[in-house]
Amino acid sequence: MKHLLGIEELGREGIERILDRAESFEGVASRDIQKVPALRGRLIVNLFYEASTRTTSSFELAAKRLSADVISVRSSGSSVEKGESLKDTIATLDAYEPAAIVVRHPRAGAAHLVSKWTRASVINAGDGAHAHPTQALLDVHTLRGRIGALDGRNIWIVGDISHSRVARSTAKAFSLMGARVTLAGPPTLLPPGIGVALGCEEATTLAKIGDADIVYALRMQHERMTGGDIPSLAEYSTHYAVTEARLRPDQLVMHPGPVNRGVEIGGDVVDSGRSLIAQQVAAGVAVRMAVLYELLAGAEKDGRMREVTAA
Amino acid sequence: MNARFGWKGGVPGNVLITGARVVDPRQKLDQQLDVLVTEGVITEVGPVGTITTGDSTTTVNADNGILMPAFTDPHIHLRTPGQEHKETIATGTKAAAAGGYCLVIAMPNTSPVIDGPDLLRGILARASETAVIPMAQTGAITRGLAGTELTEMATMMETGAAGFTDDGIAVRDAGVLRRALRYQAVAGGVIALHEEDSALSMGAPLNEGVISARLGLRGQPGSAESTMIARDCALARMEEAVIHIQHVSTYESVEVIRREKALGTRVTAEASPHHLLLTEEACSTLDSRAKMNPPLRTEMDRNAVIAGLIDGTLDCVATDHAPHSDDEKSQPFEDAPFGTTGLETSFAVLYDELVTPGLISLPLLVERMTSGCIPFGFEPPTVAVGQPANLALFDTRAEWIAGDGGWVSMSSNSCFAGRTMSGRISLTLAGGVIVHTAEATQ
Repeated sequence: MKHLLGIEELGREGIERILDRAESFEGVASRDIQKVPALRGRLIVNLFYEASTRTTSSFELAAKRLSADVISVRSSGSSVEKGESLKDTIATLDAYEPAAIVVRHPRAGAAHLVSKWTRASVINAGDGAHAHPTQALLDVHTLRGRIGALDGRNIWIVGDISHSRVARSTAKAFSLMGARVTLAGPPTLLPPGIGVALGCEEATTLAKIGDADIVYALRMQHERMTGGDIPSLAEYSTHYAVTEARLRPDQLVMHPGPVNRGVEIGGDVVDSGRSLIAQQVAAGVAVRMAVLYELLAGAEKDGRMREVTAA
Repeated sequence: MNARFGWKGGVPGNVLITGARVVDPRQKLDQQLDVLVTEGVITEVGPVGTITTGDSTTTVNADNGILMPAFTDPHIHLRTPGQEHKETIATGTKAAAAGGYCLVIAMPNTSPVIDGPDLLRGILARASETAVIPMAQTGAITRGLAGTELTEMATMMETGAAGFTDDGIAVRDAGVLRRALRYQAVAGGVIALHEEDSALSMGAPLNEGVISARLGLRGQPGSAESTMIARDCALARMEEAVIHIQHVSTYESVEVIRREKALGTRVTAEASPHHLLLTEEACSTLDSRAKMNPPLRTEMDRNAVIAGLIDGTLDCVATDHAPHSDDEKSQPFEDAPFGTTGLETSFAVLYDELVTPGLISLPLLVERMTSGCIPFGFEPPTVAVGQPANLALFDTRAEWIAGDGGWVSMSSNSCFAGRTMSGRISLTLAGGVIVHTAEATQ
């Protein structure tokens, strides 16, 4: 496998293979030397056109724990702000002969385009509201760690489905792993056709949230209110916030972060034993190590990457 | 009145086209015939082998050919002035000649917008120097396409405007459109409408539906188009004005136009090859060549557009030829401009996808390919003795892969690129002049 652009191209088998490897990487952090030499001397470029503390830092850390060299390019202050096209930026970075480019971009399909313009492996770290496959992987990993197999489990993804790449990739990943997924939120944030598109149920109220084994709350962005998609954050919270009052004791809760306490999720839920949010963050590094390993270590192709640095 | 088109002209042709299936519904022709063109005029139409010619006449053996009146396109973008890196009058009309056209009508959304008599005069003068086939030019309905102030439509008609349109965007303010429709009584000229309620479409890059939901992109609902058509037909009916609906793409839109025509509303409409043949599925890989406005819709919409073209609800085929450079089209889907080229592929792809499977008869397709000029006040070309030779010869055995070997157009953003087409236009005459031969695209 050359690139990771979407979760669907992995299939269940691919997801399981990567997550099994992620499990083996989880011990690395607790070693005296928190590194393995798997990608020594290879260059990984993080190209982020959107700010993202946790995704950038976990990709950086994952690359470093595999002993790769990492450079991070952010759109602010770079040639991107000087009007350089994505294609030209990639041509420039490609000249450094990276083994992989990790790209986060506000436009759907950007990572796919990048994959056409570079010899490197491309990892989609989020493109518009389209896909975020490594988030989906870490979500499955977290849940597997807690409950084992996902087959037959009911999972509700609640919130702003329209603008969420997490919803799309994670819903597909959960479905691939055998779970039944319901997408829930106000009708103005459930795009027409989304259920058919993702093979999920749709719900416009939380009346039946008791059916869920796991509730996955999405971040509600403040700009949705000014955009007119919801009347107010208060009205949203009244009807759609994932709160202790709405949940059975045995229901688990996930969230991609960062959370808006009191908006889409109750603070009490975040801090409760049912919350897997901290585990999700922790899973990020091992899962991204496994993805880099899957794409790069397997393919020991041309020696060109080895010349880039003498570690 | 000045000439209503610009064209550099050429040497009138002397050519005998022999053995072709001659199809012209206006003459009720559909049989193998020989057609003789002398000094650019059709001088004889007769049984195969019965026409004798002099030495100065080229004979084209067309046993595998279909000879038709050349096509007219009511809706193309030539990008002159202002965006000559995408297309020029010369390259765009040459592409049209390669597609079998003898007349194209250019949209005014250039840079600057053709919104006054002087700019219009300038374009027609440029066309008279460089246009390979006759090219007519529409003027804007509103200054700068801003949707607020009417242009000098009466003076532009006197200068040679083909009609008026703000194509690319709708006339959002119903009061402004109403004034334009009332003013038509003195200015003349059809008012052609791009129908899109931007409050509903929100400039979204594709149709609203399963594909947009899957991709996480905002979509344009079909109602953004159909509700505006309903509004504008009601206004035209009230003002007894003449309107032409551009690039109809949805089931509801076809229904509205069918109803309005039954009511006697003076409305004509066009369908584009891409809306006849493709659906939103083509956007599923985020290939920006499938990004056009109005967007590709669903299979139900596509079938309704075909049905509308067959029953005459939609009067004609319009390519909406919209060239863009590779740099512009290689941006992410949302950032890439709307539009596909279409002049070089329209007949070939419609022949393969609609005529060959038996969805539309060949004579009907020929009628729809030639009728686009009528709403704009031009006589459609026809194959009859005494008529200027406006002819398109289609070689049914000239298989080609669209885009292989390049395009005549300066731009390559064709939504049909890579398709194998079973036949190709091998000869075009416009105004009696041979403007395209098979050698030009080999």
